[in-house]
Amino acid sequence: MMDVKRRYVIPGDVIATGPLRPEQNVFQDGDRMISTCVGISEIFENSVKVIPLTGGYMPKANDLVIGKVIGTSPLSWEFDINSCFVGFLPAQDVFGRDYSPTKDELRQRLDIGDLVAVRIANFDRSRDPLLTVQDRDLGKIDSGELIEISPSKVPRLIGKRGSMIQTIEMATKAIITIGQNGWIVISCEDSEGLLKAVEAVKMIDALAHTPNLTERVKSMLGVVDGENNDTIND
Amino acid sequence: MTEDGIRCDGRRLDELRNISIKVGVLKNADGSAYIEFGKNKILAGVFGPRDVHPKHMANPDSGILRCRYHMSPFSVTERKNPAPSRREIEISKVIKEALQPAVILKDYPRTVIDVFIEVLQADGGSRCAALDAAAVALADAGIPMRDLVSACAAGKVADRIVLDVNNEEDQEGQADMPVALMPNLGKVTLLQLDGMLKPEEFKTCMQTALVGCKRVYEVQRKALMEKYFQNGEQ
Repeated sequence: MMDVKRRYVIPGDVIATGPLRPEQNVFQDGDRMISTCVGISEIFENSVKVIPLTGGYMPKANDLVIGKVIGTSPLSWEFDINSCFVGFLPAQDVFGRDYSPTKDELRQRLDIGDLVAVRIANFDRSRDPLLTVQDRDLGKIDSGELIEISPSKVPRLIGKRGSMIQTIEMATKAIITIGQNGWIVISCEDSEGLLKAVEAVKMIDALAHTPNLTERVKSMLGVVDGENNDTIND
Repeated sequence: MTEDGIRCDGRRLDELRNISIKVGVLKNADGSAYIEFGKNKILAGVFGPRDVHPKHMANPDSGILRCRYHMSPFSVTERKNPAPSRREIEISKVIKEALQPAVILKDYPRTVIDVFIEVLQADGGSRCAALDAAAVALADAGIPMRDLVSACAAGKVADRIVLDVNNEEDQEGQADMPVALMPNLGKVTLLQLDGMLKPEEFKTCMQTALVGCKRVYEVQRKALMEKYFQNGEQ
């Protein structure tokens, strides 16, 4: 952590020169490492990367995302996954191998407009992302509040090893499902806790690039929920 | 122009008009910018990457860039027919071609990035101003870019080379030369010349325009920094 150098960059900024490896959002011009987006650059011992502050979601295999059903075809559902690509969920994934388009009705399981937690099973540049619900925690979401944040800020919402999200969940007793695509579902039995959690998530979205965010979120939540925190810690 | 080189609007020979850029002015666009370049007032909005319609335009190997430069009917003294004129079609094309080398489209196969530019008030040099706004809007949308694109015109008025030709000078002058530059890479992406210049005049004109582009870049940079790092904590 000590030898990571951070800087605010915009496209075209030279982050460093020398024999380094360009990682995400960095492009190499000769021996210059150039940022390709607005974000925070990080220089490691032998690589450079930029954490973006803006931009849409680019699907990646194994990502958990929250999708909204936008249509069906005889063999699959089509999902809006907040990306420039449409996600496909094959009918067999839900109905099993003996699925038959004449017998089963797709709309009975997942109708248009339903929110579903899905995992991206496969994605490459030549095909649209293939989705799956075959895992624990996946499937239709029945209740909760949907919040949209910028997908580039999702890592900040989760925090280091989930520290940020745990803080919010513990302080508000809410259950938060985070999709890597920036769609987040918060459900909470207590309406006040729900409001607090929503507020905290929106605050992280707005202030994602500032340091000491965990502390600020804690103090924001702590005012009301300080006692709750203590009881949990006890 | 007076003998000591003060121009019709009171500027010196190498002086730009006042430029101000605001980032993120359109809520529904993925990225947007508003530029006031002297009396030019231009809005730029970026949508995408998104699905290509009509589908046959899509490129399976890379994304495509589309650009529409449009002047509002009220942007000039005499009402302008809102249908795209020959001039607007040309400017759309040159702006697209000036942005294309900067934008990394390879990452988004089968998609399109749409850039819409609306001139609300025109006063000479609007293609440069439009290009400046479009580049900032692209960066705001989080589209990966090798560099920003900064544009500025230079020209010849009353036998002298001047920077940033306004409408009056454009009408009366002998030459107008818009230039767009990727400032960090040092590459020119747009070079047009309307009028006649001697070879040595061309050289000074080019140098003047490039200096102008670099000054415009500083304004673009400041606008982006203000939007994303307004707190300035580093």
